[in-house]
Parts: sequence; C-alpha cells; structure tokens
Amino acid sequence: MSVQIWTFIFVFLTFGLYIGIAVWSRAGSTSDFYVAGGGVPPLANGMATAADWMSAASFISMAGLISFLGRDGTFYLMGWTGGYVLLALLLAPYLRKFGKFTVPDFIGDRYYSRTARLIAVFCAISVSFVYVCGQMQGAGIVFSRFLEVDITTGVIIGMAIVFFYAVLGGMKGITYTQVAQYCVLIFAFMVPAIFISILMTGIPIPQIGFGAELTEAYGGGYLLDRLDGMSQELGFAVYTEGQRSTQDVFFITAALMFGTAGLPHVIIRFFTVPNVRDARRSAGFALIFIAILYTTAPAVAAFARTNLINTVNNAEYTAMPEWFSKWETTNLISFNDKNGDGRIQYVGDPETNELEVNRDIMVLANPEIANLPNWVVALVAAGALAAALSTAAGLLLVISTSVAHDLMKRSFMPDISEKRELLYARMAIFIAVLVAGYVGINPPAYVAQVVAYAFGLAAASFFPAIVLGIFQKSMNKQGAVAGMIAGFLFTAGYIIYFKSLNPAMDNSQGWLLGISPEGIGTFGTLINLAVAWLVASFTPEPPEDVQAIVEEIRLPGEAIKH
Amino acid sequence: MSDTNALEYWKSNIRIVLSLLGVWFFISFGCGILLVDTLDEIRIGGFKLGFWIAQQGAIFVFVILVYVYIYLMDKLDDAYNLNRDEVKTAEPGEEAQ
Repeated sequence: MSVQIWTFIFVFLTFGLYIGIAVWSRAGSTSDFYVAGGGVPPLANGMATAADWMSAASFISMAGLISFLGRDGTFYLMGWTGGYVLLALLLAPYLRKFGKFTVPDFIGDRYYSRTARLIAVFCAISVSFVYVCGQMQGAGIVFSRFLEVDITTGVIIGMAIVFFYAVLGGMKGITYTQVAQYCVLIFAFMVPAIFISILMTGIPIPQIGFGAELTEAYGGGYLLDRLDGMSQELGFAVYTEGQRSTQDVFFITAALMFGTAGLPHVIIRFFTVPNVRDARRSAGFALIFIAILYTTAPAVAAFARTNLINTVNNAEYTAMPEWFSKWETTNLISFNDKNGDGRIQYVGDPETNELEVNRDIMVLANPEIANLPNWVVALVAAGALAAALSTAAGLLLVISTSVAHDLMKRSFMPDISEKRELLYARMAIFIAVLVAGYVGINPPAYVAQVVAYAFGLAAASFFPAIVLGIFQKSMNKQGAVAGMIAGFLFTAGYIIYFKSLNPAMDNSQGWLLGISPEGIGTFGTLINLAVAWLVASFTPEPPEDVQAIVEEIRLPGEAIKH
Repeated sequence: MSDTNALEYWKSNIRIVLSLLGVWFFISFGCGILLVDTLDEIRIGGFKLGFWIAQQGAIFVFVILVYVYIYLMDKLDDAYNLNRDEVKTAEPGEEAQ
C-alpha cells in the first residue's frame, strides 16, 4: 500500500477516536469545562500534560533544529524538560491547593486586585495566542505534504476536529483526547527512531544507539565521532562542540525553563487532579512521558543528520530517491546546481553549498530517508497531527477560560449564571478557533519565530508573580503588578527592538551582554523580581485574609473554600 | 494543625525544595553548560561526558529529582499527618460520565 493510503487510514482512525472520546466526555458544568471536574487521575493527567506540552514544535521541529545546531541545541532539551522540575517543586502542589480554575484567578485573588487579574488575562491570552498559531501552521504542513490536500483544506479539517471536541467537552473532552493523542504521538515518534537505531547501530534503544558504533553497512566507528568527522570534512561546525557563547546558552536555557513553568496551558493541567498529592504525582508522570520523547530526540537528530549527509552529498541529482522530489515540491528542500556538475554538493560554505534543507524535514522525512516501510512513514503524519492538535486544544481552552471566566465572570459581569458563563466559554473557543485558523492559513512570516518568544514573555511575567505569591507572604499587589509590567515590557521591548525595529543590530555584538532575544526572558524574570521587591518594600503589606490564603496553600489538604 | 507545626512543616518543605533545586542547577547549568567543555575531556563509550549530560543525562536527573521530591514530601506529609484521608474526597465516578 502507498504512503498516502496508509496516512489516510491512520489519520481517519485517530480522528475517529478523538471524536468518539469527545462525545463520551461531554461537559455539563463550568467546573467540568474548566478543570474536568477536578477528578482526573494522576496517570491520565500526566499523559494529558505531556501531550498538551509537546507541540508541533517538539514533534516536528525540535530534532531537526538539534540536527543543525549540534550541541547548541541543548537549550531546547534541558530548557523544555528542566522547567518541569520548577513546575513540580515550586508551583503545581500549591496552585492545586489553591483550587481555582485559571492562572489569572490565582494572580487576581492572591494580589487582591482587578488590575493584577486583568494583566494576567492579557499575558495569558497573548502568550497562548502566539503559540496556537504555530500549531495550526504545523497541522497545515502535515496535511499538505502527506495527504496532498492544500494547506487551507488541511487547516480547516484540523480546526473542525479541535473545535468539535473542545467546544463539546471543554477541559474534560480535551483531557481524555490528549491521553489518546499522547499514545499516538509517542508511538509515532518512537517506532521510526527504533527502526533507524537498529538499522544504523544494531541497538533497538535509540538513547543507547546514540552513543554506539555504526554497523558495517554504515562504515563502523562511533556514530558521534563519525558525524563530527563528516561535519568537519564538509566545513560544517563540529557536531558535539558548541558555537554560541556560554552566557547565551545559559540565558536561553533559563528562559525556556522559567517560561515552561509559567505557561498557563501547562499550569492549568494541575488544577484538574483531585488533590495536592496527585498534583505532585502527575508532575512526575508528565516528566517521564515527556522525557521519553526528549531523550530520543537528540538521537534522532544525530541519526538523521548522518543519514542525510550520507545520502545526498556528492550524489547524482537524477539518482535521488522519490522522497527528495516530493519534498522539493513543498519547497522544504531545494537544490541549486551552482557548478553545473549534476551532483549535489552539500557543504558548510554558503558560496559553494547547493542544497538548502528546512529543519522540519528531518523528522518528517527521516523514515523515508532511512527507507523504512510505508506504514512507518504514514505513522509520523498521524503523530505530528496529534502533537499539533492536542497543544492547540489546550491553548484554546486557556483563551476561552480567560475570556469567559476571568474577564466576564470575575471582572466585569459577576452576576452571570453558570449556564451563561458556559455559553460564553464555548463562544470564546469558537472565535479563537476561527482566528487561529485564519492565521494558520495566512501565516505572517514571524509566527514560527514568535512562538519561541512566548516563553520569554511567560518567564518574565507569570513565573515570578506566581512564585512570589506562594513563597513570599509579604509580597503585595503593588509589587506584583509593577514587577509583571516591568518584566513583560522589558522582554517584549527587547525582542521587538531586535526583530522588527533594528534587525541590523541583531547579532552578538549588538545584544545586551551578548544575550540573544531568545534568552532575554531570563533577564526579564530578574527585572520582574527586582522591581517587585523594591516596590513592595515601601508599600503596605497585603491584608490579613490574603496572608491567611498564603498560609493555607502552603499546607496540603482540602482545597480552600473561597 | 497548630501554627508552630505549620511553620516547621513549611521550613522542612523549603529545605527539601532548595536542596533539590541545588542539584537541578548543578547538573543542568553547571555540568551541562558551564563545565561542559571540561567534562568533554572524559569519554564514556561513544559519548563525551559533557555532551551526554547536556543532551540526555540532565533529563534523566530531572526525572529522578521529581521522584525524590514526591517521596520526601509524602514522608513529610505523613510525619505531620497531612493529606491521608483527603484521597477519599475524589469522586471516582465523576470523570467517567
């Protein structure tokens, strides 16, 4: 059977499964809709969190990015997993104890201030929105390449599915669909990785194959030594050595960690478990489920890079396998025969290099490059869609709860009935899906880049405000509000300055202390903390009842009755 | 729970969190970034040690840290008699509607 038929079968089956789950888990109350009634078992929540977290970027782009960055790609690996340690130790148990629906709920109540709540709503919506656009784009690419429908149709199919289960089931529908999506995506990621590891090193565990010797057919020698050697020969950077400055890698890693711990769609997953103990447990499960993919990704990156160089370098263009021409039509790979010898020169020097390879190809085309069976190739498409849709659904829910719950119910229309609130929540998802779909079909050039900056913004706004709210009882509303505004504006300003206003300066000489816009969120976090402490030191302490809330959330036990 | 008990519980909690975050910082920022080139001198099989910690080892340590945290906090909760009966408040029928 052809790849396309296999892809249709997998996509059809998985989508059917998602819809089935949605129908089975309809939401009846706002509590169902926002936090799945608070009754999700920790194992299920761990899987849902992992699927929620691992987006199109983790599934499609990350291994490819590492393929091209070599050791510098480390900041994605450590940044996107190390943040879970912060989440598990500093946020999840306390926020669960607090026991509300959203992140702005916590900020608003803890800092007894509508202004704080509104700033949190603004940050939550802007961070989630930038993020969701990238997911829709990812879904579009997969549809167009594997099912050969155009991107518009692809995005509309994706939107329709997400819309169906998000509107019907809210958090409850999303949670159980995410459990299924985790299974699909991890299976789809691991199967090709295991196949390739066996093929290249004879070892079925990619994490170990990564450091093993290549088989005879691949020329023997340790994989990483071989890759270093080939890279050097062709004028690329040595794979296992770093190119970026140490302080930049340090700051980017920290920004991704703080950002991970401050992303509202991840935090709210911990509101869905029954109690504090389960919140800790589900953070543990989530990290294990994420680590499976994240420890495989660097192995996939090294395998794919070796395979790509072996296959294309100095090969006849006309003798290229079928996948090459297929990906050429999507413009993700392009060949320009500069010296006219009919062979592909894939080298580090931009003057003589004849092949441009998009990083996304490394995961999507990897099974084809390694000549794996058609069903494995098709599986990757279903996995990538699961990754994109599960994250999109989680983000859309944040947008919808922010509008219906934080903006309407808690800020401007406190008297609306639960039924009304639920209706507004569903309407908000509907509008958010439409806007996200529109942006997915007409992607502004900067969307993919902006996704990375969402982390910096989350790091500089939410993370310090929440941590201070739990760990520093005397932190007051003036301090928190000033800190969030300062952190957010500084980070956003720095990014906008280098990315739009003065891109000519966007290099290590122009940057402040050699920190790239990707890593500036760490600096924003520090500014947020400093401003918050300074302002809090000469403004009145928070009222007694707020201090009592802080005492309460520090102890596990029954959720607080507000 | 009395106020002094609550304070002691919180102090033990902070101690656990801070020591685990110390390990977290040492392995990721210390070994994976600041000392990576030095550690690369050591080789284990096909891996340079620094490179391995940065791309895989740190992630394994993160998982272990979270599980050590779960274990220590459970023990602490038990020592202060917190959280035991609360498990019953979950309604298992809820999520299956």
